[in-house]
Amino acid sequence: MSKWLNLRSGLGLALVAAVLIALPFVAGMGGQAWVRILNFAILYAFLALGLNIVVGFAGLLDLGYIAFYAVGAYTWALLASPHFGIHLPFWAILPIGAVLACVAGATLGAPTLKLRGDYLAIVTLGFGEIVRIFMNNLNAPINITNGAQGITMIDPVVVGQFKFSATSTIFGMTVTGPQKYYFLLVLLALFVILVNFRLQHSRIGRAWQAIREDEIAAKAIGINTRNVKLLAFAMGASFGGIAGGIFAAMQGFVSPESFSLIESIMILAMVVLGGMGHIPGVILGAVLLTVLPEALRYAVVPAQKALFGEVLADPESLRMLIFGLALILVMRFRPAGLWPSPERRRELAEKAR
Amino acid sequence: MSASHGQKGSPVNASSKEPLLIVEGLRVAYGGIQAVRGITFHIDAGETVALIGANGAGKTSTLRALSRMLDAAGGSVRYLGKDISRLPPHRLVREGIALVPEGRGVFPRLTIAENLAMGAFTRDDKPKIARDIEHVFGLFPRLKEREKQLAGTLSGGEQQMLAIGRALMSRPKLLLLDEPSMGLAPIMVQKIFEVIRTVAAEGMTILLIEQNAKLALETSRRGYVLESGEITLTDEAEKLLHNPKVREAYLGE
Repeated sequence: MSKWLNLRSGLGLALVAAVLIALPFVAGMGGQAWVRILNFAILYAFLALGLNIVVGFAGLLDLGYIAFYAVGAYTWALLASPHFGIHLPFWAILPIGAVLACVAGATLGAPTLKLRGDYLAIVTLGFGEIVRIFMNNLNAPINITNGAQGITMIDPVVVGQFKFSATSTIFGMTVTGPQKYYFLLVLLALFVILVNFRLQHSRIGRAWQAIREDEIAAKAIGINTRNVKLLAFAMGASFGGIAGGIFAAMQGFVSPESFSLIESIMILAMVVLGGMGHIPGVILGAVLLTVLPEALRYAVVPAQKALFGEVLADPESLRMLIFGLALILVMRFRPAGLWPSPERRRELAEKAR
Repeated sequence: MSASHGQKGSPVNASSKEPLLIVEGLRVAYGGIQAVRGITFHIDAGETVALIGANGAGKTSTLRALSRMLDAAGGSVRYLGKDISRLPPHRLVREGIALVPEGRGVFPRLTIAENLAMGAFTRDDKPKIARDIEHVFGLFPRLKEREKQLAGTLSGGEQQMLAIGRALMSRPKLLLLDEPSMGLAPIMVQKIFEVIRTVAAEGMTILLIEQNAKLALETSRRGYVLESGEITLTDEAEKLLHNPKVREAYLGE
């Protein structure tokens, strides 16, 4: 029985691996734009899993998560671009970005330890905006971030002589820059998934669960709620920092615009829509919310032409309309998310009884 | 959690007669308003002590200060000869003090079994934890029947049972109970107090904060009467039950 199960899960794993390897090449046939969309889906999954630690595991509503992504992105941009003339290698910058984001996370966490729910949401929202506005204005008196123009010509990820931004031929196959980044992102995503799983079933994971349920009771059973909450903020933030670094390298350009409030809300929507606290659900939410709007972008114009013979509504606004409607429908009919955790399912089932 | 736990081998009982807990001049204030005005009391190892009083007399404030959920404005709290009035709340569990919070505070989206396991958060001796869960189920057969049910769906009485059971899971030496009868049906109140007596009979030291003075005194060895933040009366519980002042003010006679 267990042998059969092993065989089955082994086959399943092999299948998933095969799909993951084939995916960028299949998408590449439709143009490199699709590979980039795929990359962003993984990057957002990475971010959503980081935010899931704070929101899903510890139950702390964070509306300023994008700030940590910004910290990571600007760390890379400043340490690997002609802006300051510094060009550090990726293995130095990514940890620095993670640590800086971690510090930023603790900085946000420390003064908000006693806040919960709506109040915490407001402070974190403010924090996210503060970071963005800082990036926007730190160009005078000393030019640090280059203000609203952002930083350009950022170094790509380079390992030895292997440049992730350029097309090269590996084993007779042509692999483009986005496709290379895809594999890098998949590796990083696997790492963050593994960390998430380990955390969830660890002592710390149980402490987060207790805090999420009832903070006073958590204290009463001997949990150091202060440290455990700070840890949630710091860990979530450092994942945001790593994602930000990769983002900067991949794009070659960062500006404060990329770190607006709507981005924080999108990542939170991925977590909630997918299934708060449930790792596969969060990944699904991130992939759907990245790929669907892009797919709609391609579908909206042809659909209107086919139906009415002309383009009646501006594709961008129509896309957001459909997107919003989809969100409302999901929340109406699947309030625990598309793929909720067994606990949430259990809870809803008991309530319905 | 066996009958001898917290008794034999505990340095206090072996060597000296010093009480398990000594509270001296404890004051609690919210802003400028004093809720507790310098109260002094003690609890000996193995006894159940009731702290009774009307609404707003300062009972819960006293317990919050003891359990370090809020900072006392003054006074000292000595437990096993050590000042604990500045310890962070999570450290108290490791010292052997377990609180059953007012309003129960179970983890609503966890099952009964998971709630109990959470109670053993500070411990890592798995086989003993499993035994203790069985012990709690022995005390509360009702919980055993609903082992896999979510705590949030239990009745108030069952949640109170669970909260007490969860507190026992840390193997405390001192159990602080905050209004265990609050908001419960009379029949459930009787059940809860039966269990409190059972736990006390096993050798647990208990501080019982209660509005239901009659039940609390019937369950305890000694009692303190708290009025407007001050202790106005203290005696053996049996005598307090027959004290005319107590009978008039708290027993409705």
